[in-house]
Amino acid sequence: MNEYLLILVGTVLVNNFVLVQFLGLCPFMGVSNKLSASIGMAGATTFVLTLSAISAYLVETYLLAPLGLTYLRTISFILVIAAVVQFTEMVVRKSSPLLYEVLGIYLPLITTNCAVLGVALLNVRQANGFIESALYGFGAAAGFSIVMILFSSMRERLAVADVPESFKGAPIGLITAGIMSLAFMGFTGLI
Amino acid sequence: MIAAIIALTALATVFGLVLGFAAVRFKVEGDPLVDQIDKILPQTQCGQCNYPGCRPYAEAIAGGDADINQCPPGGEDGVIKLAELLGREPKPLNPDNGVAKPLPTVAFIREDECIGCTLCIQACPVDAILGARQQMHTVIAEECTGCDLCVPPCPVDCIDMLPVADEVSTWRWPAPEQGQAA
Repeated sequence: MNEYLLILVGTVLVNNFVLVQFLGLCPFMGVSNKLSASIGMAGATTFVLTLSAISAYLVETYLLAPLGLTYLRTISFILVIAAVVQFTEMVVRKSSPLLYEVLGIYLPLITTNCAVLGVALLNVRQANGFIESALYGFGAAAGFSIVMILFSSMRERLAVADVPESFKGAPIGLITAGIMSLAFMGFTGLI
Repeated sequence: MIAAIIALTALATVFGLVLGFAAVRFKVEGDPLVDQIDKILPQTQCGQCNYPGCRPYAEAIAGGDADINQCPPGGEDGVIKLAELLGREPKPLNPDNGVAKPLPTVAFIREDECIGCTLCIQACPVDAILGARQQMHTVIAEECTGCDLCVPPCPVDCIDMLPVADEVSTWRWPAPEQGQAA
């Protein structure tokens, strides 16, 4: 039980995928203008990350490893992720047309979110078991969601703040992200 | 080599099957034709077509219950566009539904005659009339669709339908006269 907790804390805070490992920065900057959209994005990414971590583990353990085809890892994981994203898109479109409109192009772009492929590959490198893989994926997604929601709340306030002309928009966003990243470095000694 | 090809193909086939199943299972109901028809309709929500609004009329057209010539605010242009979309012959407007206005109009309340009865507010389909009981009412001109629905309920006949004045932002080049192009 304790090790599972450690995996969660480790992925959410200490090795946060966005702010410490710098994976998945495109949705982090792209969809963080509005809080509602980023909550939706966080939900969709959580779903995709967890599901793709599980399916990537299954593909690796039961297909690639027994056949000695581990060199096909990257391409098969990309296949897995693309399929899971497509599936998520169908589910979101059916269950919440409004969210589908809000997310727009960013929903299919989860395919190219490097955090998703990163989680799948890191799972293999750390030789995680089934439950560890699922938890690792979920923890990464939870970390992504927390950072995403915090950052978009800040950006909503930044939009009305008195920012110097040349820093308006993306520059102040990048500076804020940098400071947040510094703050997350403070969790380093936690585990 | 062969094993690799077979493995990847099998993987892709499995995902293809799963996605195909999901596409059927999570199929989105929704008629894109209704949206296209609704886009052509003028959105006055006037009800002259005998349907409660533009969207129900669009659904009726798509379902084959209504003809395309029941929308006077859309005018002949609207009928022609609908005919093009649906691949039918354009036909003149049905006189039972009213006549097309030559110019777009906007409602105007003569405010010193208004008695504050709120009847026109209840009639307005787009909430463009502002006022309260015993208070003078007025029309938000940008919201008014010129549907005439507020005129009959008014007990003191203080609502005029004025043609929209040409301004820099509303003026359009007049359409070429019929017959000249041919």
